[in-house]
Amino acid sequence: MIAAAEPTTTWYLLLSALLFVIGMVGVMIRRNPLVMFMCIELMLNAVNLSFVSLAPRVANIDGQTAVFFVMVVAAAEVVVGLGIIVSIMRGRTHATVDDVAELKG
Amino acid sequence: MELFVFICAAVMVLLGALGVILRSHPVHAALSLVLTLFGVAVLFVAQDAHFLAAVQVIVYAGAIVVLFLFVIMLLGVDKAEDIKTEPLTAQRPLALVLGVGVFAVLATAIITSTDSVVRRGDGLSPTEVADPDANIRQIARSIFGDYVFAFEVVSILLLVAVVGTVLLTRRQRRVEVVSK
Repeated sequence: MIAAAEPTTTWYLLLSALLFVIGMVGVMIRRNPLVMFMCIELMLNAVNLSFVSLAPRVANIDGQTAVFFVMVVAAAEVVVGLGIIVSIMRGRTHATVDDVAELKG
Repeated sequence: MELFVFICAAVMVLLGALGVILRSHPVHAALSLVLTLFGVAVLFVAQDAHFLAAVQVIVYAGAIVVLFLFVIMLLGVDKAEDIKTEPLTAQRPLALVLGVGVFAVLATAIITSTDSVVRRGDGLSPTEVADPDANIRQIARSIFGDYVFAFEVVSILLLVAVVGTVLLTRRQRRVEVVSK
């Protein structure tokens, strides 16, 4: 009974799917570019979690290596993205992505 | 015991994620993100990915969230935004429907396929890995052995990102000074 209640890989994958979907819905419903960025981080973390939960089950560590590279690229992405957000949103009182439509010629 | 850890971490992850998308204050959203990232780090430890758990706490919860908070303060948007109003009609119901649909697709795929993909007990199961440093040794051998070229490319990527961000924000300031 207790052995049957061990969390299996399926549970971890379902949790990461739920986390991914929450991040996806967040990107679609929020207007603040910073919060949308956080939702992208949520989605990246969901994918990382699924990689890590599958890595020990398929006999090699390559999944964890992939997660390491995803983290590094996510850090670079956050740096560049926040730089772009700062340079667009500087001097505006409300930070919403709808304001960027003013750029349209 | 493992089940208890999983449930606690899952509750942390989901509460934090819901906090990110439902809190109207950006600072609260960033702090909820920290909760989620710590929950994911706990799940990494439960899966014997000790190195990645440490990197998760240091890089994500440490550096990235601090960067978010720094930008929130720098832009001065640290006040609650009005998330009740909806600029596009029917956007939220459609987003919810799409979310439920995508989750249904993912869950169906996971439940129907993991039994065939997953070979339990075949890999780096916790009982095989008695040495506590085994995970770090394995991942180091993988990164600096098989993936050493990708590792070097990623270091160049980080350098380019830093230089690009400095250029991006500096040029803007110079244009402002000229226009004044």
